[in-house]
Amino acid sequence: MVTKTPDAETIRAVRPPRPGRWVAAGAAVLALVWLAYTIIVNENLHWDVIGGYLTDDRILGGLWVTIQLTVLSMAIGLALGVLTAVFQLSDSPVLRGAAALYTWFFRGTPLLVQLIFWFNIGLVFPEISFGIPFDGPKLIEFQANELITPFTAALLGLAINEGAYMAEIVRAGIRAVDPGQREAAEALGMSHTQVLRRVVLPQAMRVIIPPTGNQFISMLKTTSMVSVIAGAELLTVAQRIYLENFEVIALLIVASIWYLVLTTIASVGQHFIERRFNRGYDGLTRRVRKNLNPFGFRSTA
Amino acid sequence: MTEAMVRISQVRKSFGSHEVLRGISLDVPERGVVCVVGPSGSGKSTLLRCVNRLETITAGRIWVDGELIGYRELDGRGSRRRGLCLLKPAELCKQRESIGMVFQRFHLFPHRTALENVMEGPVTVQRVNRVDAERLARRLLDRVGLADRADYYPAQLSGGQQQRVAIARSLAMSPKLMLFDEPTSALDPELVQEVLTVMRDLAADGMTMMVVTHEMGFAREVADHLVFIDGGVIVEQGPPREVLGNPRHERTRAFLGQVV
Ligand SMILES: Nc1ncnc2c1ncn2[C@@H]1O[C@H](COP(=O)(O)OP(=O)(O)OP(=O)(O)O)[C@@H](O)[C@H]1O
Ligand SMILES: [Mg+2]
Repeated sequence: MVTKTPDAETIRAVRPPRPGRWVAAGAAVLALVWLAYTIIVNENLHWDVIGGYLTDDRILGGLWVTIQLTVLSMAIGLALGVLTAVFQLSDSPVLRGAAALYTWFFRGTPLLVQLIFWFNIGLVFPEISFGIPFDGPKLIEFQANELITPFTAALLGLAINEGAYMAEIVRAGIRAVDPGQREAAEALGMSHTQVLRRVVLPQAMRVIIPPTGNQFISMLKTTSMVSVIAGAELLTVAQRIYLENFEVIALLIVASIWYLVLTTIASVGQHFIERRFNRGYDGLTRRVRKNLNPFGFRSTA
Repeated sequence: MTEAMVRISQVRKSFGSHEVLRGISLDVPERGVVCVVGPSGSGKSTLLRCVNRLETITAGRIWVDGELIGYRELDGRGSRRRGLCLLKPAELCKQRESIGMVFQRFHLFPHRTALENVMEGPVTVQRVNRVDAERLARRLLDRVGLADRADYYPAQLSGGQQQRVAIARSLAMSPKLMLFDEPTSALDPELVQEVLTVMRDLAADGMTMMVVTHEMGFAREVADHLVFIDGGVIVEQGPPREVLGNPRHERTRAFLGQVV
């Protein structure tokens, strides 16, 4: 008997009505519109001032310093973190000890203190020199006060602090890689460095990237702490301007808008980097991948 | 007399106080195929892993193609002491280059395609240029019947296909010796034969092989020599037909009774 029963057809079911959802959505939209309205018509917010300062030369200069500080300190922090994590996982007790000391100290003291310390390092070490240690001959010698500008002090403080946190993230990533991967690579005759560079780290990156993206976004805003050592980044510049013209709220909004723009760009960037390192895990062959548009949809053409 | 490709002499291996290998001696002649069988925990994997020094032995010596694995013998001349000196990491890598190893769980590099997996050894370790390495890799993928899967990632391949890529990856280093540690044990029954076929072809081409396996049919047909290990010692060895058909020891008989 081959009658076509209704349950052999492809199912096309309608959803049951959800009145509650519509009510909630309506209320949310209403609240948002009302909030936007009160902000826009509020005269205390000085929208013309905000618009004017958004592209002010000093603000843009501060923005550029913020970007530089973030990118450089994250790059150096990541490098320090990888190095420290490799030390932590090495079988040399000296390297493990050095790594432990580093993370213990820099995670255990406030960043604010570290920044002020680096800025005032000239008080402890007036001259910084490279040469034979313990009073031997010196090759290069600097006056600390010439070397340590607010920018270099900020970079030192942020990068070295970040390295201590990145070390934990990188270590977790390395430990997440199947030990069999290392053995397979060693069996091919790879050296320790080759195993790390070609096999372990690329796989660890999948685990490392999401929290690193978090750290990056957090760093964009942490750079504002540099204002205590007169760094010329976005928030410091905004503060300087409102100390002249008393447009406190307006300039804080200008700074916040730029922070939001930066963090939004960073989030989008993070998405693309994550996809790059998900190669081999998301079920797409390279051939299929070539036909993808930048937004990850399969093109139908 | 032809020198043995692998010479294992009085090898002992302990993990802490637990002695896993208790004096194993075994020769594998060039172009020979030796199958190692035995119950779980008897030390088969450990023995294989000692040969390419994924494990360090506690006593004894292992030579591959006349080279002492993992150590240099000091002759006591000059100011140097007699005895053994550990090889430098670079020298150890050099020794491993010529010993291929295939794992039970494949261990392909998941972030690289089948082709890139096979190219990895030649490009990174032997510094072959990418064009030549790719030509070699495609030839080897073709040899294991996977020419059309070159651009697939391991996660997109069946277990049998992954294991064949893993064999191709080892072969790309032009090894003198191939070690197989239960290469078909993680596979669904219907995928076992495709891997065994590749291994059979390798043996027929004259590759020297040490194979830990539970596939008695394969051992009977392909091996020149069968070794039964239990409790870290060789209990019985000989031509596979003899050992499998007419086991002399009670333990061998009990084990074969369970497996077949
Ligand atoms: N890294 C290690 N540390 C401690 N003990 C180990 C280690 N590796 C193996 N062993 C022990 O050594 C013994 C032999 O292990 P091995 O893996 O060589 O057995 P096997 O014969 O390969 O068994 P199977 O058929 O289950 O793979 C086991 O008792 C195991 O617990
Ligand atoms: Mg085993």
